[in-house]
Amino acid sequence: MAAAPKRPFRWHIVVFLAPAVLVYTAIMILPLAGTLQLSLFRNIEQAQVFVGFENFRRLFGDPNWSVNFWNALRNNVWFFIIHMVVQNPIGVLLAALLSSPRLRFSAFYRTAIFVPTILSFVIVGFAWKLILSPLWGVAPNLMDIVGLKSLFTPWLGKEQYALTTLSLISVWQFVGIPMMLIYAALLSIPEEVIEAAECDGITGMSQFWKIKLPLILPSIGIISILTFVGNFNAFDLIYTAQGALAGPNYSTDILGTFLYRAFFGFQLQVGDPNMGAAIATMMFLIILGGVCVYLFLVQTRLRRYQF
Amino acid sequence: MSTATHSLPRTIGAHAVLLTYTVIALFPVIIVIVNSFKSRAAIFGAPLAPPTPKTFDLIGYTTVIGQGDFIHYFQNSLVVTVASLFFVLLFGAMAAFALSEYRFRGNSLMGLYLALGIMIPIRLGTVAILQLMVMSGLVNTLTALILVYTAQGLPLAVFILSEFMKQVSDDLKNAGRIDGLSEYTIFFRLVLPLVRPSMATVAVFTMIPIWNDLWFPLILAPSEETKTVTLGAQLFLGQFVTNWNAILAALSLAIMPVLILYVIFSRQLIRGITSGAVK
Repeated sequence: MAAAPKRPFRWHIVVFLAPAVLVYTAIMILPLAGTLQLSLFRNIEQAQVFVGFENFRRLFGDPNWSVNFWNALRNNVWFFIIHMVVQNPIGVLLAALLSSPRLRFSAFYRTAIFVPTILSFVIVGFAWKLILSPLWGVAPNLMDIVGLKSLFTPWLGKEQYALTTLSLISVWQFVGIPMMLIYAALLSIPEEVIEAAECDGITGMSQFWKIKLPLILPSIGIISILTFVGNFNAFDLIYTAQGALAGPNYSTDILGTFLYRAFFGFQLQVGDPNMGAAIATMMFLIILGGVCVYLFLVQTRLRRYQF
Repeated sequence: MSTATHSLPRTIGAHAVLLTYTVIALFPVIIVIVNSFKSRAAIFGAPLAPPTPKTFDLIGYTTVIGQGDFIHYFQNSLVVTVASLFFVLLFGAMAAFALSEYRFRGNSLMGLYLALGIMIPIRLGTVAILQLMVMSGLVNTLTALILVYTAQGLPLAVFILSEFMKQVSDDLKNAGRIDGLSEYTIFFRLVLPLVRPSMATVAVFTMIPIWNDLWFPLILAPSEETKTVTLGAQLFLGQFVTNWNAILAALSLAIMPVLILYVIFSRQLIRGITSGAVK
């Protein structure tokens, strides 16, 4: 290493890095920057004119846009809250049960519970749409078995239930990921720590709450940020189940579907790339904000267990 | 080990909860597949019953195969997924090797730059990506999709693979250098075969979102020629809302290949996740 200054230029490093960096920069970073830039322009008389934050002013202030924007943002926050409140506890519970020693068939459970995660949104959205459909009657029939038939309503068709129902469908699809990550974290807890706890008489539930849960908190942090990014970027499930209009009456509209409509237009409204870019920029800022909160607050406080 | 932690009631309880959730996870999939083999009357008459010789009917499948161009969509999906996967793995491994093997100025900065894409979804750049593809004449080509998915898959691939490449023994690489092997030979002949298991993990992680994506096929390649199976299924399902046999058959046809692949590769996938590949 002492001869570093005299060493000839190492071309192979460039060769190794170039393809990845070029594709990544050209298709991902530059378009991302381009989209942020487009949000500051408007198409006036066939030419892109710089208008500063005019697009954002319209997005927040002009009722034609702002009503939909705030509605989509509110729905998106609710979508995320449902995920956090339902998905993480179920994931932790399943992982804790799976990781109990000498449990039989645990490979089978693991594989089976992960199945929905590998399916596409199109399949998941449509399959649930059929199951919840009052026409087919699978859901009412099932509820009849447990005597709850009177509680059945077409959940996806009612404004007050549709978004929550879709969030739960999404939770159903993705619960495999928190389960696996927490399961991995539980398996990596050193045997010594558990034995020490048992020597001190901490077993069962209190062992879980006092010893294991603090040690898997970093994993829960990662799952939360992954869920956050995924949720504020979601589109496919809503589009498949409710269409681009995110019905009934926009009650399931989230930022992804709103972006799609703004960008491409729908029915009578013409697509507007600049407003689309403005919405994409807002999504970018929200996601960036979430990631920063995670990196600076959560990551620095929660240290992975290390020897 | 203390007996208190695995007493019999506790074990039964654990199995009860896990079994319940397994049923919840599999039920929608099973009910769709089961009903796809039944006649229309039986689908509505007894949706929960398995097909009997009397109610067995393949009308849905014949409709789907007759109407939709599913074989063609399938080929498109396959081409896009395999090509993107190839480039992600090749370019990702090369970049990961450069980052983990050599010390050069800007190394960690480059690593950080490439890792940005793990958290920031490529979808947010769609407006400009579409403009780029229109300008370069790539709209409605599979190339556009392959490029986008390659860029999408690279950040995570580089991140995971460089973790694994750091574990390859230095002695081995230095022995190769003393024997006069070029850096390229060391990478392709020595390092790549050693990280093959982690390449498989990355492959599975990269493949699933590509195969299932609806957004980019919808925006970049919606033409009949270039439809992927996910987009094809979406449009088909929209058209045949009232033909339940056809819908259930189409859904089953879309589920089954993924399910079969999953059953084959699930060990690899689960080992990949639980070995802490994704930290």
